Amino acid sequence: MVMPQTDAAFRTDAVPAEVAVSARNISKTYGEVEALKNLSLEFPRGQLTSLLGPSGCGKTTLLKIIAGLLEPTSGEIVVNGKPVKGPGPDRAFVFQDFALLPWANVLRNVAFGLELRGVAKSEREDIAEKYIKEVGLAGFEKSFPHELSGGMRQRVGLARALSVDADVLLMDEPFSAVDEQTRRKFQEDLLNLVKHENKTFIFVTHSIEEAVYVSDQIAILLPRPSRVSEIIRPTGLRDKDVDMLRRDPEYLDIVDQIWASLRSYVE
Amino acid sequence: MTRSFALKLLSALLVFGAWEIAGRIPVSYAFPTFFDSMSALFRMAFDGSLFVAYAETLKPLVLGVAISAFIGIALGLWIGLSSWFDWLFSPIFVVMQAAPLAALIPLLVMAYGIGLTSKVFVVCIMAMPVIVLNTAGAVRNTPQNLKAMSHSFLATDRDVLLKVIIPAASPLIFSGLRLGVSAGFIGAILSELKITPTGVGDIITFSRSIADYPSMYAAIFSIILLAVLFLNLLEKIEITLFEGNVRGYASD
Ligand SMILES: Nc1ncnc2c1ncn2[C@@H]1O[C@H](COP(=O)(O)OP(=O)(O)OP(=O)(O)O)[C@@H](O)[C@H]1O
Ligand SMILES: [Mg+2]
Repeated sequence: MVMPQTDAAFRTDAVPAEVAVSARNISKTYGEVEALKNLSLEFPRGQLTSLLGPSGCGKTTLLKIIAGLLEPTSGEIVVNGKPVKGPGPDRAFVFQDFALLPWANVLRNVAFGLELRGVAKSEREDIAEKYIKEVGLAGFEKSFPHELSGGMRQRVGLARALSVDADVLLMDEPFSAVDEQTRRKFQEDLLNLVKHENKTFIFVTHSIEEAVYVSDQIAILLPRPSRVSEIIRPTGLRDKDVDMLRRDPEYLDIVDQIWASLRSYVE
Repeated sequence: MTRSFALKLLSALLVFGAWEIAGRIPVSYAFPTFFDSMSALFRMAFDGSLFVAYAETLKPLVLGVAISAFIGIALGLWIGLSSWFDWLFSPIFVVMQAAPLAALIPLLVMAYGIGLTSKVFVVCIMAMPVIVLNTAGAVRNTPQNLKAMSHSFLATDRDVLLKVIIPAASPLIFSGLRLGVSAGFIGAILSELKITPTGVGDIITFSRSIADYPSMYAAIFSIILLAVLFLNLLEKIEITLFEGNVRGYASD
């Protein structure tokens, strides 16, 4: 495996962990619009990195470039030492708008990634059942997406991404469609997932609290044309009791610190 | 199922009742009652003349509808997938849909004679445009996010076509088929009235000329009945092929 490259001057402290994904000097323009400009960022293996920034700053664009769904105008993405040329089996995407097949039931939706990989029906359904249970949807295998709530659909999308067993999970505002209670539940589930699955999570969010709560590393993006302005590692928080986290002084400090650096862009 | 069946039966009873009453008033001496028409229908069925007629009418009808369905869906998929094809072919079908068919029939007869070919053409001209245009429109409007999702999970172009584009387009494709098939039935009868009187068209023309109105209406009724049966069959096919289409997800 490839170790961190040297173009890491923008980082605030050294990363002990191995790098799973690195974005190198990524620029992306849509016609006249310059969405990303010379953005570099490294994502340590087995950790969760949040992308936090004002609306329209290019977070979805970066995620899609990492997924191989969009081509950068310049720069490259390296996943597990190999440059990305398109979508690959090492990455799975959780879509902000779920992107479920409306004509397929939960079981087929969750198994769809495996179906596209040519896994035999009985085998892929076994795997799908397992992840449906894991995200707490047991009993809804035969339901159709329109019969589920927003939060349940989101979990179907999550189960689909988990079931292909990719190294890297790309999550675009996965909790934006759910209420506050469900959101907190999902955040706890996500922490467990990061702890128990040895996967690299790249997580887009609008919420500072959410980012601090779930992340090992938070990358703050500047408004267009976007680059990483700051990287924050709430390392001290990860060993603390999850139930006490929201009252922890260090947690509150980091939230304030991020707000201080973002508020100037919110006018 | 039973409820919708009861409703269908009720609306049929209302229509037939109104027909019977209108025939008895009578609204016109050329308008027979429902029962007279039905007895004419049974007479033609028993002496076999109805089946002989249908053997003739079904040839251009079935051929034309089959050609329109297969070529229409294939062309529609292609037009929907490629903007270049869209530019090349769409105008033809838009013109075809708007064309006054009666004016085209003499041209067809000049080019292809008065045989089966011309009649098949008439059926196709009636049936194909709506099938092509519906299919193309549905394909063009495939949700972008579903295509991106399948690509991210490593779908090939063929996967995307078979597992996303076609299922997503299928409700509109089938509604195009329904409209196309209905138009094809009209085309088949029209061709028998305007080109050469054969089959059911011959029964209609002949019985009108001898003022046997019950037989004329019986023939018209039988073709409507056949069209309704065929449309029901089409619905069954849709439900078997695309189970999800009946789940009302479109409202979602
Ligand atoms: N397909 C596109 N064509 C043209 N411009 C685009 C396209 N997609 C995104 N953009 C532009 O690129 C910029 C970044 O978009 P992106 O969706 O990546 O932002 P984002 O950070 O995900 O925003 P949000 O937080 O609101 O989801 C936006 O200003 C947008 O206008
Ligand atoms: Mg976005």
